[in-house]
Amino acid sequence: MPLNELSVVDYLNKMNNREISAEQVLKDIFNQIDRIDKTVKSYLYLNKEEALSEAKKIDQKIKNNDIPPLAGLPVAINDNICTGGMETTAASRILKGFIPPYDATVIKRIKDAGGIIIGKTNLDEFAMGISNENSAFQITLNPWDRTRVPGGASGGSAAAVAADETLIALGTDTGGSVRLPASFCGISAIKPTYGRISRYGVIGCASSLEQIGIMGKGIKDLAILMNVISGYDELDSTSSHISTPDFLLSCREGINNLKFGIPKEFFSQDLDRGVKEKVIDSINRISQLGGKIEEVSLPNMEYALPAYSIIAMAEASSNLAKFDGISYGLRIEDSGDLEEMYLKTRGSGFGAEVIRRILLGTYVLTSNHYEDYYLKAQKIRSLIKKDFENVFKKFDLLIGPASPVPPFKLGEKEDEPLAQILAEIYTSPVNMAGLPAISINCGFTEKERLPVGLQIIGPPFQEEKILRVAYNLEQELKEINSVKPDLSF
Amino acid sequence: MGNDTVIGLEIHVQLLTKTKIFCNCSTDYFDQEPNSHTCPVCLGLPGSLPVLNKKAVDFAILTALALNCHINESNIFHRKNYFYPDLPKAYQISQFDRPLAENGFLEIRTEKSAESRNIRINRAHMEEDAGKLIHLERDGKTSSSLVDYNRSGIPLLEIVTEPDIQSSEEAIVFLQTLRSIVQYLGVCDGNLERGSMRCDANISIRNKENGELGTKTELKNMNSFRAIRQALDFEITRQRRLIEQGGKVLQETRRWDESSGKTVFMRSKEEALDYRYFPEPDLLPLFISQSWIESIENNIPELPDERKERFMKDYKLPHYDANRLVEVKPLGDYFERAAKNYNNYKQLANWILGELLCYLGQENIDIDKSPITPVALIELLELIDRGVISGKIAKNIFEEMFKTGQSAALLVEKSGSTQISNKEEIDDIIEKVVRDNCETVQDYISGKEKAIHFLVGQVMRYTKGRAQPDMVLSLLRERIDKT
Repeated sequence: MPLNELSVVDYLNKMNNREISAEQVLKDIFNQIDRIDKTVKSYLYLNKEEALSEAKKIDQKIKNNDIPPLAGLPVAINDNICTGGMETTAASRILKGFIPPYDATVIKRIKDAGGIIIGKTNLDEFAMGISNENSAFQITLNPWDRTRVPGGASGGSAAAVAADETLIALGTDTGGSVRLPASFCGISAIKPTYGRISRYGVIGCASSLEQIGIMGKGIKDLAILMNVISGYDELDSTSSHISTPDFLLSCREGINNLKFGIPKEFFSQDLDRGVKEKVIDSINRISQLGGKIEEVSLPNMEYALPAYSIIAMAEASSNLAKFDGISYGLRIEDSGDLEEMYLKTRGSGFGAEVIRRILLGTYVLTSNHYEDYYLKAQKIRSLIKKDFENVFKKFDLLIGPASPVPPFKLGEKEDEPLAQILAEIYTSPVNMAGLPAISINCGFTEKERLPVGLQIIGPPFQEEKILRVAYNLEQELKEINSVKPDLSF
Repeated sequence: MGNDTVIGLEIHVQLLTKTKIFCNCSTDYFDQEPNSHTCPVCLGLPGSLPVLNKKAVDFAILTALALNCHINESNIFHRKNYFYPDLPKAYQISQFDRPLAENGFLEIRTEKSAESRNIRINRAHMEEDAGKLIHLERDGKTSSSLVDYNRSGIPLLEIVTEPDIQSSEEAIVFLQTLRSIVQYLGVCDGNLERGSMRCDANISIRNKENGELGTKTELKNMNSFRAIRQALDFEITRQRRLIEQGGKVLQETRRWDESSGKTVFMRSKEEALDYRYFPEPDLLPLFISQSWIESIENNIPELPDERKERFMKDYKLPHYDANRLVEVKPLGDYFERAAKNYNNYKQLANWILGELLCYLGQENIDIDKSPITPVALIELLELIDRGVISGKIAKNIFEEMFKTGQSAALLVEKSGSTQISNKEEIDDIIEKVVRDNCETVQDYISGKEKAIHFLVGQVMRYTKGRAQPDMVLSLLRERIDKT
């Protein structure tokens, strides 16, 4: 088996047993990237030379019996997370050429634990989108069906994991941006509780909603990286002081007697039949494993999406106002005065979807409209939080689909701004309430054999329980999940 | 006239924390290499996040308490969105509808009025300072502009008064009193020229007959007490004239133009920015517990008013002296350091408020950088008290001390200006003066009492002022009576 196909668990075992070297694994990964990434287009930037020299250093360390926790593990990073010395663009023309002078906290923690950053992956510009088609630079394809999108916003990371172009990857999740592409690409992804992982170094778009997520081939892989990057960071005031458990241990226990709520709002008419079948199939398996299943209601869910959009756009309009072409990134110089330079730089530096959201976000924050939009959206946000709090009084976890649809065709929803948001109908309420959730592959649609993601949602800081259930289910679905995308092109 | 002036002030006070309000950069930015005190946070680089400096909150609470404000338990930071090249994030982290403090007052007393008055404080809130633009000129035109972000993220407390101020004089007294308080609290050096304290003003005229408040204008860009007084006076006169001539005051922002001595139009109400305030999602709400407030309340240092009372009681100083000594904290400190080892307090106060302030003022030196230390000053005063030198000579010695930094004793010895207390030495000179001025001596003998003063003057001339005039007088009388 080529070493780029390893799971993180297997990688660490083999490294600890001195069966493989970090350098060999990296070489296999870069071979795979060389072979397929011209087509799949997961990566925006490759850190090949530095990664290989890091791998050699770590192999040397291991020879001297000094094995760091991640032992040279190759990690791909979504390009909206700052990597010191490596271009970081958030897939926007306006940040072309921006090389951060510092590492995001998660990058520092991965490096300190002996992980290796192999490159930066594609995404929808500033993480705004559901298909990766909003990237300013390239469109990543879905490894399962290259006529389809990989999902967004963190589609590059999802495709890279699914196509064995990395062992694991980081993405960011504002309204579903790791869970949706994980669902579309048949992998697993966790969006932890807001505050669990430091956001320092994430190019902020919707600060109150977004959280770094982990995308991998298996549940234990997610747990391993969670152990490394979770925990309070003095550089992020919104990061939590809550202690970090050993997430890997949570995969040991069974799920007998856990109570699962099935929100009926997640099975509305928007839900694709093929997706629904697979999700219900998994719910039945959880029931067979001893889980208690009951239908519940989250009555304010129908207002979640518009409220989410208002808050996300408002925050984005403020966060993106600083890109003016002066200190870093793109600058259109061919203009006479300063104001014209600003206008031209911003006008051509941002893509259509970003401009649309900046305009709407600016509008909803003006003093004339603040109460009608932003304030109302915040009130709805409180109601949604309450809805979740109420059901979690009686239930351990909630289960439903991650996406209402399987991966769609390239270009299919390009001209439908609303469809962009609708795909996040089941994932964005989770961000509104700041809850942890996972998306795990639960099979393939009958007709087109497209991956389907199951979403498991928990109360704040109950990632252990989510991982535990996901791992149990993963064991059940082993046979289904042993299928790999055909990459022999 | 028949109309009242109505003034409200907005004062920005830079808080003297060691590090900036949202990062660990040093606040000691003045006269430093541009952009040398910056980091990803205060440069607003992508991905950076603010972390509140608790010390800045301490200082803000301390100041608000000294201004008799109510401290709000639950505080929220807001983003004030506007675009300007000196604002790296394109928003300023500030406070909006949940400020740190509200409903205070500050007692002021102008020189003219016998009674003190309370100026109400509407609110005080925390925010961050912006960077600074430097415009380079060529042929009288701006050729390029540079940005220095060293000032970006310096903590500010914005204090907003109610429109209770009735004249430019009151505005100045309010600001002096406030400056004095923040200096005593140690939260700000109160330097208007350097911008560590900045003031904007809202001005309108109230019709005395019907009590109606006129339209207000906002005044900006006043960088000294002098500029504030001139700008306010100009604007008050401008508005009064406009009203008298049947014109209308327009709601607008005006800028004080130092060179022309006028306020000039900046922008109208219609052009006012919509700041699109919303809660800063990168910071958690700030809860200020009662115990936090109490711990600060228990550590409020002595304030200028209390110190003035103490100076009058302990040092028996008149109100005027005490008031002037305490107004600038380091001046009061200087006095107290000297008074520790010297008890002719009135003489000490006279010299500090007279000679010392005069020389410091001429050379534009701060009191805490005075070339004459309190110890050096009392050494000089003791020479006067012991009769070693006269007060007049002491002033010359003082000047030398100020210039050279040398001690009084050394300078007195060098110049040989010790008073002649040796009777024989003076006797010789008297003998000479009496011989050389026979006519004057005769005038005195024949009853012209004043003539003796001429003779005293002559003796003083020969001794270069080193003799004690009283002693010379009695010796002269003695000598002439003998003949």
